[in-house]
Amino acid sequence: MADPEHRGPRPTGFDTLTLHAGQRPDAATGARATPIYQSASFVFPDTDFAVGLFNIERAGHVYSRLSNPTNAVLEERISALEGGVGAIATASGQAAMHLAVATLASAGDHIVASRSLYGGTHNLLEYTLPRFGIETTFVDPRSPDAFAAAIRDNTKLLFGEILGNPGLEVLDIPRVAEVAHAAGLPLMVDATFATPWLCKPLDFGTDIVVHSATKFLSGHGIVIGGLLVDGGTFDWEASGRFPTLTEPYDGFHDLVFAEEFGPQAFITRARKEGMRDFGACMAPTTAFHILQGLETLPLRMAKHVENTRQVVAFLDAHDAVASVSYPELAKHPDHELAGKLLPNGAGAVFSFELQGGREAGRVFIESLSLFSHLANVGDAKSLVIHPASTTHHRMDAKALAAAGIGEGLVRLSIGLEDPRDLIDDLGRALRRASRA
Amino acid sequence: MSGTRIEVAGATVYVGTGSGKPASDAACVAFVHGAGMDHTVWALPTRHFARKGLRVLAPDLPGHGRSNGTARSSIPAMADWLAGVFDATGVDQAAVVGHSMGSLVAWQFAQSHPDRCRTLALLGTSMPMPVTDMLLNAAKDNHHAAIDMANAWSHSPGGSLGANDNPGVWMLGAGERLLERSGPGVFHADLAACNAFNADEADGVVNCPALVIAGDEDRMTPARAGLDVASHLAGAKVVRLAGCGHAMLNERPNEILDALIDIVTER
Repeated sequence: MADPEHRGPRPTGFDTLTLHAGQRPDAATGARATPIYQSASFVFPDTDFAVGLFNIERAGHVYSRLSNPTNAVLEERISALEGGVGAIATASGQAAMHLAVATLASAGDHIVASRSLYGGTHNLLEYTLPRFGIETTFVDPRSPDAFAAAIRDNTKLLFGEILGNPGLEVLDIPRVAEVAHAAGLPLMVDATFATPWLCKPLDFGTDIVVHSATKFLSGHGIVIGGLLVDGGTFDWEASGRFPTLTEPYDGFHDLVFAEEFGPQAFITRARKEGMRDFGACMAPTTAFHILQGLETLPLRMAKHVENTRQVVAFLDAHDAVASVSYPELAKHPDHELAGKLLPNGAGAVFSFELQGGREAGRVFIESLSLFSHLANVGDAKSLVIHPASTTHHRMDAKALAAAGIGEGLVRLSIGLEDPRDLIDDLGRALRRASRA
Repeated sequence: MSGTRIEVAGATVYVGTGSGKPASDAACVAFVHGAGMDHTVWALPTRHFARKGLRVLAPDLPGHGRSNGTARSSIPAMADWLAGVFDATGVDQAAVVGHSMGSLVAWQFAQSHPDRCRTLALLGTSMPMPVTDMLLNAAKDNHHAAIDMANAWSHSPGGSLGANDNPGVWMLGAGERLLERSGPGVFHADLAACNAFNADEADGVVNCPALVIAGDEDRMTPARAGLDVASHLAGAKVVRLAGCGHAMLNERPNEILDALIDIVTER
């Protein structure tokens, strides 16, 4: 009789993977740290090997736009942390997003996306991709039914952020994935705010993950970079909607990616076509910097979350604050879902609405000392921004409201400082704002 | 096209061709995948030999990958099925390359169809090829633990941390996803066939040129077992890969291809 309590070997732990996945001591020098292979191209051992590299019959590097040994370490590491089959490091999170869309969609195709998105992503989907014939329907991220209702015959992708920007709506990944898969579509999730330490979207049914590696993955705020991770879970052939993966590709001697590369079809096409032709590659030095940050991801994220909890508690009790939006608060509409998808914490970015609206927001931000007013999140240092006048300034009042952004909304990214200093800084600024 | 579909024993079979367009009289090489896998494990070598003008056959075994039909329950049955693939594609003879379970199929094919096996390459092989009850039982229940066991044990300790030559590919993730695509019962049927295989029941003699590739850190088919297989193949060449595990096509794709070139192209 078979044992019903089957148990596989214990997998390598997350903390170990953040330090070791994708890299061994350098064979040539013994270097323990990942070397920066700052080289545009790589010498071929012989002509036949060269042909083999171009023909995808050899493994290795040709030209750093396509792949690079330093970048490859980062790509393997994020794949390991997310639980995917492979990844591509890109010039930015925007480049990763574009690479994914361009690999799956062509002119005449359609995307269904959450309407609570990073402003840059919103711009790409709302204004720029339509110029290339790809349209997007934006829907309420809290309504899987709205995702389902927006799907058309030409839809290629469902997309959302695990934590919406800036309202922190928690995407119900299991239910939206169910909607996507029922329609023969993949779900792609931007997991920038969570990092795999807080949530691995692939575990909940996501098929593709994108990151802005500029943020928490790096943690230091010194580079721009993106990562595209293929879960290898989606059956492109069964879907029948993805000719870029299931039909012969003229640009590669009639190669059918899904047939030859199976679970790695998407990431292989993205590299062999998207990186080759669009060329939004990551600099090897950037990959090195991101790797240095990743090595401390578990330590940093735990501290980010702990600091955030203290700051949220302070603001939530403050008279000058009209409301605080953070999924760990019981009053947040997605509190229960956050507990399920983000058991280690709901991240370190959140927003709150000041009493006094736009003018109070201006005075508040300009009164802060430790918090830096800039357009970024996920730095080791605490950051602040006023979305209505910066990241989302192209949206009119109606669109802002639809995205859950008030005119007095302030977004904070809580860093690794002593939380008492952060609270003191916020308290001083709130006093000035309340007098405005 | 990357592959073709043929009819074998009443079922549609997918055969990967490495996107080749060989001449009608081209020499042939056939690749046989391991338990629960499909032809995609051979993506790189199939593309190489196809470019070199060889006719490439990398079938998905029955019930695997894109092939219909029921997984065969014994290694001899799989070898006979492979002969059916040769018949259906008009191939008289080929270099036959097998990995893991596929190595048993290739060896059995060389035994039972000696005129059709030009040369033989056995990767990650062992005779017998025992499978632990723990793995068999989990596979029998179609439990994910079976995939976890096979995937973890197929990689060397170093390989389990990645750093392969294929840029950006996380080997453990790729191996897990491929096994997850295996249909219910298929992985167990394969493992049971490996476990039951008894080379002593074969009454032929393998006389063709042979190669054995063994990974020194192979935990599924230890290198010493591969060397023992080689010792029973007259004149067999041996390539040992230091630090390499059972998933050698992932861990050492270039060294595997280098090792295969002579044996596959030998006339």
